[in-house]
Amino acid sequence: MTGNLLELSDLHVSYGRAEVLHGISLSMKPGSIVTVIGANGAGKSTLLNSIMGIVPSKGTILYNGASVPRSVEERVASGLCLVPEKRELFATMSVEDNIELGGFLRSTSERAETREDVYTRFPRLAERRKQLAGTLSGGERQMLALARALMSRPRLLLLDEPSLGLAPKIVIDILNIVSELRKTGVSILLVEQNARAALEIADEGYLVELGEVKLSGPASELATNPALMESYLGTHA
Amino acid sequence: MDAMIATFLIQDGVTSGAIYALLGLALVLVFSVTRVIFIPQGEFVAYGALTLALLDSAKVPATISLLVFFGAIAFVLDLWSMRRGTDGRTFLRSVGLNLVLPGAIYGLTTVLAPLDLPSFVKALLTIMIIAPMGLYIYRIAYRPLADASVLVLLICSVGVHLAMMGLGLVFFGAEGLRAQPLSNANYTMGMLMVPAQSLWIYGATIGIMIALYVFFERTLLGKALRATAVNRLGARLVGVRTQLTGVTAFMLAATIGAVSGVLIGPITTIYYDTGFLIGLKGFVAAIIGGLASFPITAIAAIAVGLIEAFASFFASSYKEVIVFGLIIPVLVWLSLNNAFHEEE
Repeated sequence: MTGNLLELSDLHVSYGRAEVLHGISLSMKPGSIVTVIGANGAGKSTLLNSIMGIVPSKGTILYNGASVPRSVEERVASGLCLVPEKRELFATMSVEDNIELGGFLRSTSERAETREDVYTRFPRLAERRKQLAGTLSGGERQMLALARALMSRPRLLLLDEPSLGLAPKIVIDILNIVSELRKTGVSILLVEQNARAALEIADEGYLVELGEVKLSGPASELATNPALMESYLGTHA
Repeated sequence: MDAMIATFLIQDGVTSGAIYALLGLALVLVFSVTRVIFIPQGEFVAYGALTLALLDSAKVPATISLLVFFGAIAFVLDLWSMRRGTDGRTFLRSVGLNLVLPGAIYGLTTVLAPLDLPSFVKALLTIMIIAPMGLYIYRIAYRPLADASVLVLLICSVGVHLAMMGLGLVFFGAEGLRAQPLSNANYTMGMLMVPAQSLWIYGATIGIMIALYVFFERTLLGKALRATAVNRLGARLVGVRTQLTGVTAFMLAATIGAVSGVLIGPITTIYYDTGFLIGLKGFVAAIIGGLASFPITAIAAIAVGLIEAFASFFASSYKEVIVFGLIIPVLVWLSLNNAFHEEE
């Protein structure tokens, strides 16, 4: 028992014959933000999907000191929640219904309580309650995806590229919201291409290249690591 | 053709159209939630009508043995999937759902069947016998294929349809039966004579539509079903189990099938294989609705009923050809429309 919230050891994932993750090990403490950075195709999304149980994996995933439950639904019930890269919202349903469904596994009173918190956190969504999710702007969709995830009262939030396709100003908004969330006790595993911004809000960082962990350490150290600076942050950092 | 005949045909068409609407809605429901094209939908209609007819003649309907038989198979499958260890709750739930429930319905029916029950009670009993079959059919045939392609699921549907039709022949025999109407009264409205059974059909159809609307718009489970239809991965990520939505969809479909059977049993003679043809007409309506839209399906079903009624008057030997021929222009139109969307 290490006191870690999440501990991956020697995680392998294959699509058919092609192995995309070659033995990833990662650990994160409760209440922390850990970021996984790396280029496109490095296997970052696959990593999150395997933690969520959407893709099968070999190796061990310890969650809260025990083996993670088998099905996706049990994992959601135990407090894991993934906000996928494509958001996967219910486009033809209202904002309100999307949020409501986020709390599908929680009791009516828990849902009511969290709903209130979510609408205070995202006033924009409260204004657009009745609007269809598919008609929202990119930033609003990402907010809705986060709001829906929060409705499941997660202990560990897995965020896949929350800044993807958003205007720079909105990226800052979203990342601010993410670091706000940590104050409520939620731990966050953040996958980002925007390495600089991610390292700024994270405690620990992992650099993944071609399915392997190349570098890891405190985020502040990684942000000044020369090798990493050159390839991901731009040399002038 | 005079106005008298026209009103008769319209009345006839709307009555059968209402039944097709129910079946069409069930097909859209099952397809959008599970991607299964539910060909056996019609079998539930036949089972329902035949069960009611047997209850009318104070006989114990063979469907209860069939129900116990389905339950037993589902239980064996559950046992097989539990072979690598399970917990007490899962086991007890499986026993309750697959053995105790059909057993209780079996017992209740054998006690009640010989009594001279009011027709409404017989109708309810029929629905109670048929509806759980949706659950077992899902467990036996579709749950193991939850991740299969639409084509595989369609092939499975054909198999289930053939199996259920065959079992219908074994359990009911080749003879057709006609049930008693829920009420023998007739009402006259102007020159039109409306049998009470038709009013039951309209009422039940409208009632089920309203109930479905409330279920999908107001309840969390209903919203979860819609969510599954809109985005399967999204639904899983919020913790909606595929099995839960699948079971719910099939239970609703079987219930709607049983209700349709109870409604149609008294107005036409039903054979073990009649259900297929009735279900197919619901399917025509569902196709016109793009297997997605409930309102279009309902309206299309009424249109199918009307066209069928008029076709049987003007060209009775081509009746089915005309009704099923409808599907071709609709498919052409739908595919043209889709191509347009892609260009946008």
